Amino acid sequence: MKVSITVNGVQHEKDVEPRTLLAYFLREHCGLTGTHVGCDTSSCGCCVVVMDGDTAVKSCTMFAAQADGHAITTVEGLAQGGALHPLQQAFWDQHGLQCGYCTPGMLMTSYALLKHKPNPTDAEVREELAGNLCRCTGYNNIVKAVRQAAETLQAAPAQK
Amino acid sequence: MSTETTVKGSMGVPMKRKEDPRFIQGKGNYVDDLSFPGMLYMAIVRSPYPHAEIVNIDISEALLVPGVKAVITGKDLEAAGLGWLPTFHGYDKQMVLAIGKVLFQYQEVAAVFAESRGAAADGAEAVQVEYNPLPVVADPFTSKTDAVLLRPDRESKTNHIYHWEVGDRDKTTQALAASDTVVKQRMWFPRCHPAPLEPCGCVAQFDAMGRLHFHVTSQAPHVYRTAISIVTGIPEDKIHVISPDIGGGFGNKVPVYPGYVCAIVGALKIGRPVKWIESRTENLTSTGFARDYHMDVEIGATKDGTVTALKVSTLADHGAFDAAADPTKYPAGMFGIVTGSYTFPVAHAEVDAYFTNKAPGGVAYRCSFRVTEASYAIERGMDMLADELGLDPVELRKKNFVKKEQFPYPSALGFTYDSGDYHHTLEVALEKIGYKDLLEEQARKRAKGELMGIGFSTFTEVVGAGPSKHFDILGIKMFDSAEIRIHPTGSGIVRAGTKSQGQGHETTWAQIVAEELGLDPQNILVEEGDTDTAPYGLGTYASRSTPTAGAAIAMAARRIRERARKIAAHLLEVGEGDVEWKDYRFQVKGVPSKTVTMKEVAFAAYTNMGQNEPGLEATQYYDPPNMTFPHGTYIAVVDVDRETGEVKVRRFLAVDDCGTIINPMIVEGQVHGGLTEGFAIAFMQEIQYDKDGNNLNTNFTDYLVPTSLESPHWETAHTVTPSPHHPIGAKGVGESPNVGSPAAFVNAVIDALSPLGVRHIDMPITRDKVWRAIRDADAKKG
Amino acid sequence: MIPAAFDYIRAGSADDAFAQLQRLGADARVLAGGQSLIPAMRFRLARPAVLVDINGLKDLDYIRIDSGTLSMGAIARDSAVERAPWIQERKWSLLHDVSRVVADPVVRQMGTVVGSLCHNDPSGDWTAVALAARAELVVRGAAGERTVGIDDFLVDSFTTAVQEGEMALAVRFSVPDDRTAGSYQKVERKVGDYATAAVAVQVSLNADGTVREAGIALSAAGPCAVRVAEAEALLKGQAPTADLIKAAADAASRKSEPQADLRGSIEYKKNLAGVLVSRGLRQALARLGVQS
Repeated sequence: MKVSITVNGVQHEKDVEPRTLLAYFLREHCGLTGTHVGCDTSSCGCCVVVMDGDTAVKSCTMFAAQADGHAITTVEGLAQGGALHPLQQAFWDQHGLQCGYCTPGMLMTSYALLKHKPNPTDAEVREELAGNLCRCTGYNNIVKAVRQAAETLQAAPAQK
Repeated sequence: MSTETTVKGSMGVPMKRKEDPRFIQGKGNYVDDLSFPGMLYMAIVRSPYPHAEIVNIDISEALLVPGVKAVITGKDLEAAGLGWLPTFHGYDKQMVLAIGKVLFQYQEVAAVFAESRGAAADGAEAVQVEYNPLPVVADPFTSKTDAVLLRPDRESKTNHIYHWEVGDRDKTTQALAASDTVVKQRMWFPRCHPAPLEPCGCVAQFDAMGRLHFHVTSQAPHVYRTAISIVTGIPEDKIHVISPDIGGGFGNKVPVYPGYVCAIVGALKIGRPVKWIESRTENLTSTGFARDYHMDVEIGATKDGTVTALKVSTLADHGAFDAAADPTKYPAGMFGIVTGSYTFPVAHAEVDAYFTNKAPGGVAYRCSFRVTEASYAIERGMDMLADELGLDPVELRKKNFVKKEQFPYPSALGFTYDSGDYHHTLEVALEKIGYKDLLEEQARKRAKGELMGIGFSTFTEVVGAGPSKHFDILGIKMFDSAEIRIHPTGSGIVRAGTKSQGQGHETTWAQIVAEELGLDPQNILVEEGDTDTAPYGLGTYASRSTPTAGAAIAMAARRIRERARKIAAHLLEVGEGDVEWKDYRFQVKGVPSKTVTMKEVAFAAYTNMGQNEPGLEATQYYDPPNMTFPHGTYIAVVDVDRETGEVKVRRFLAVDDCGTIINPMIVEGQVHGGLTEGFAIAFMQEIQYDKDGNNLNTNFTDYLVPTSLESPHWETAHTVTPSPHHPIGAKGVGESPNVGSPAAFVNAVIDALSPLGVRHIDMPITRDKVWRAIRDADAKKG
Repeated sequence: MIPAAFDYIRAGSADDAFAQLQRLGADARVLAGGQSLIPAMRFRLARPAVLVDINGLKDLDYIRIDSGTLSMGAIARDSAVERAPWIQERKWSLLHDVSRVVADPVVRQMGTVVGSLCHNDPSGDWTAVALAARAELVVRGAAGERTVGIDDFLVDSFTTAVQEGEMALAVRFSVPDDRTAGSYQKVERKVGDYATAAVAVQVSLNADGTVREAGIALSAAGPCAVRVAEAEALLKGQAPTADLIKAAADAASRKSEPQADLRGSIEYKKNLAGVLVSRGLRQALARLGVQS
């Protein structure tokens, strides 16, 4: 079936099987391999992308067909005009990543989070990221990174 | 004459990681990101039975599934001489695809190659296998009876794999018998699994010249290349192994898995590239598990708390094949470190290993080759001894610590601990946690019947495998290597035999070179993982990289500095003997104004080298003279909810001593991650098999990885006792948090429950277990 | 893990969706949030021949309060409840609590309340909440729309009053009065795990402080979430003393029929049900300013 999805502002129209998961559509049909697959049970969040600007979705638990006609933002769409998004900068500054595999999902969940809750506390960040697993960092620095990004975005809202 | 501004050092600098830009933009290169023209996908058919004869495999339906190109079974591999794979340990071999029978649930039975992931999955579903179930051996105690022989393929017709021991059995037994007090406890370190977020996988591709390019999630790419050559007969020069970015290893990506061999065979047979990426379920049920040691621990002491003897007898459950990736001479790894940080005059440790109908493995999950099991045993044991004697666990430890002046200290089990200052690290930790205040608070809470616990772990671990005298994997000695080349304009490249899976080598290796050569670490490119270009190394696991490759890098850099000194002398127009390296530059001795920087020398190495050999590079293969002995003091503070059995970790402090620290930010990150893994192991992780051999924890809904909400906030600090033999004094740290933390958590819980008379609870410490222990203790009282 | 192949239909309207379901019968499954269905399909435990995607039906995507009734359409997302402008009001405290612990924060952005109720997982959260709040569902069948009270809606594990070819359109809650508060108590090993035990409580008081009505339901305590009618009856008309709360908790413990599994033994879970009822009641009452 034909599926047409706008990904990071670019329209991708492909003929795919209905059973094609959005994660594989992005990775294999759009060539955007930043979105990762880490588990079978929607537990790990490595596959999180943002739909229609502010809804975080686990792309391994959604068919590409469902996203037909919608806009998807992946990690590759965060930086604008060559400039890193404050979240990306913050993860780098705060050592919020080690192997990098959970990072795209963490970034996209955080991106959606900050749209709804621009000023979360540490405890709120920990609650809101509980759908994304990390094995390397122990979460301390990820929380710091999200807090730094929140501060940066509050100070300069144009960057959102 | 130098006109350069001040050159700074790079050691100990928390510089941001150089590798991060690609990861934060989603531009990492993981194996599943690779795609080649004509690439096929492979799926594996797996056994639902833990132990069964294979009566028949019918692939005819599978071959009819649209998109399926081929199906191979164990018989096909056997005909090609590839039916079995040597395990890294060398004492055993394992089936690639099952031949004759299956030995664990989810064991590999057939491989299907198809045009798409979906077709491969459809094809795998269509393979029909007829099994004849056999009696199941689901635990090592049953296995020991040999009532059911699991491995008729082995000459020694028994389920007993090996017996290993170290120390003096007789003296230890006598010393225990003569001791005022003996505590004895059976402790089980349950089976768990490293579960990195990126599952294992590979892409096998033969090029037009017949060379195999094998892209694979491997923590040890060179060893893979040699192993694949040995197993397949393909000459090593025709094999190119590439470990690209790896999404976490933790020991899970050290063994060579059956799927890898099948992918290579498929690519060769079909003539098209083959990609195999396992699912999470496959990862948890068939790849290298960790631990599963049933340990009987006995500690003897005088009545004033001086330890007299230690005896540990262990039953090890290795699963269906002994695929534990230990160095050859160490079937039980470094378990001999079980005397820990203490001066046991006499000790004995033994391990008997058995086959069971479970997945193969044993050595993984940041274990430093069984140091996790050993540390847990001794730290738990010391707490039990303190409890028995009515002593504060801190006092008991202080009394029995190896003292600073006793190093180098030969332990009763054959290790020579070369350095450490256990008392100092403990004092730093006590002060930071506010131990006195905590004890007062605990006393107040106990008076009200509230359950608060403080748990310690003062571990010593042993890493850095290892000296060629003792260590080899498949016969290859465990050295490591570095090759450094400095370019005309002062940049450089360093290639090492290690392979980072998140440990930050692209930054830390650059920092070492930059420190040694007074260059900018931003301009030192680090490469690992490509066997065509990197010098031969044994890979990254067991905290060995900094002790071995880190040393090789420092020494290679010093060789470069020596060559550079000659060129500097030429530039400064003095004799070689008149030039010294000072403040990160070359100076004429006694004339501080006459200097030249490494950057200037680098340019001259290509443009104005005089009589010297042009260029500026060096290679170093490093055979470590000894292991290294990082140590630490970890303290956990917990509060237990009586009614629900929930344990809240209120605080956790890790004070690590890993010698010289290259990048404190990276070290701290490693500690955070390892503590979270230790927390998971202590409270929620287990790979369980029921009595019929069914795996009960096959995906992330049943095998639990803690989220940001459950995970405590970690506090860290450091003391520094440099390694006396390492060129930069570093010891390694990646595994310390997994080694040290489980005991701290368990000790804290038991401390909380000790007023109720609870003495020990095996991990994982679930709510049910805690609730039950409290209820049983209350029942005894009332 | 790749699902078995299926055909996909994107419904253009609620009528269209219903017509497809009537036509296809057992061959078809509704795709709403998909957060339970798709994982089951990835393991090939569910193999529908056809999926009818209702996510595009804006008419079914609503949460509104109107004439004393809170209605949520078939594709109202869990997160929409979590972020509703009225969710901090005391009368909605039961929904406030549960909307923060269903699955995980990302799954909640796709998962639907009606979908959870139709899935009827024995350990689901919304089913216990619907029981405690005495909700009802609107179901469309061949004979037209009907309203089904939650007690009749939940039939057995993964089975509800929605028959083959039918479709649930909405769930409705009565707007509680100002002397009502609730509490959702969930013990889970980690976020995203099914409940080890969970309790939904909603209490309405009379002017004199006695209990006008109590709703108490357990999840992970049997084939379906279950109402503890015995405990509700104990509380009705009485002043909520500590002894009464204990009696209610004991009744819950007795009523609980959990399975032993990796989360805990039967004994432990039954005990936990009682503990959580006690805590739930005390929290709801504390929210109403009553110490117990």
